[in-house]
Amino acid sequence: MNLLNIYLSFAKVGLFTFGGGYAMLPLIESDIIQKRGWLSMAEFANIVGIAEVTPGPIAVNSATFVGYKLAGIVGGLVATLGVITPSVVIVLTLAALIQKYAQTTMLGRIKAGMRPAVAGLIAAAAISVARVSIVEPRSVAVAAVAAVMTFVARINPILVLAACGILGAIIFS
Amino acid sequence: MDSRQAAGAKDLGNEIEVKDSSGSPGTAPASLWDMFWTFFRIGAFTIGGGYVMVPLIQKDVVDRKGWVDKDDFVDVLAIAQTAPGPIAVNTSVYIGYVLRGFAGAAVSVAGCIIPSIIIIMIIASVFDHLSSLNVVQAAFAGIRPAVAVLVASAAIKLGKPVVRSAGEVAIAVAAFVMVSFLKISPALVVVLAALAGLMAGVGGDSA
Repeated sequence: MNLLNIYLSFAKVGLFTFGGGYAMLPLIESDIIQKRGWLSMAEFANIVGIAEVTPGPIAVNSATFVGYKLAGIVGGLVATLGVITPSVVIVLTLAALIQKYAQTTMLGRIKAGMRPAVAGLIAAAAISVARVSIVEPRSVAVAAVAAVMTFVARINPILVLAACGILGAIIFS
Repeated sequence: MDSRQAAGAKDLGNEIEVKDSSGSPGTAPASLWDMFWTFFRIGAFTIGGGYVMVPLIQKDVVDRKGWVDKDDFVDVLAIAQTAPGPIAVNTSVYIGYVLRGFAGAAVSVAGCIIPSIIIIMIIASVFDHLSSLNVVQAAFAGIRPAVAVLVASAAIKLGKPVVRSAGEVAIAVAAFVMVSFLKISPALVVVLAALAGLMAGVGGDSA
């Protein structure tokens, strides 16, 4: 298990993670745990739990944690760089292409189709979080507080998250 | 698209603008340090799943800083969901690149991931049972409903300027149904919507 291997393994995970961080978990499981045997399932479950309750993308958190466990701080950095490399390369390529063809009718049409779809996708993301998190009276109450803060008081989302975290710590403990 | 044109005229200028070559879509030029710090803040508060950065970026980058306008932000999200990798990383790279080229992409993505890296390494080295702490779980039971609300507000806000005509409503609803009920990958949905736009010319790109 050298640093290059760590980098390449996580680059592969990053390359095949479509549609949000959770999509990468089975990839880590098959590649890092089963194929390479770098971690046990129990350690991995613990890592996922931590990645979920810490800031940042789950993919990045998991990579940092696994890399750190394998090879210390350098390992954590290498794994994290690995997991973001494919995204960075692909997004930069797309961004450059879009800038180049910005004024063409074809790109205008593509964007006209994509834009409404994005609104639908983000709405779907909201529903999928709501389905698992707004499930009983206390969570409905928190959602109501968040809704008033967001839609009526128009408070910064960072403060909404912080306030609801504190509220949760009080009413769910 | 008369109605849209009228509604958007005050802040969008012209209808098919993109990050055109000459420039910054926003009002103020973005300094690299400002970009790093903005994405650092966003990275530090992207808790409870990657999509929560959508309202965070919307607030800071679109509303407050004016670095990216509303329509362009929707395009950024389309790309972020089509490319592999975390949506937060993809979004920061794209916005960073549009604002300040490669250096901009580098500082934005660094800002976005450095909070995670620091926090995870601290946890990994001193305490790796954080997630089993009751108070942490309780806080997250409060954060997740808030995330749902914030992401819903982001969807409404970004949908307003881009979901107006019947064709646009149809695409938005179809995308929602495909992801929510048919469990189709968002990346595939974006590609299908792009194809639909290409074939139908919905939305009147040049009208």
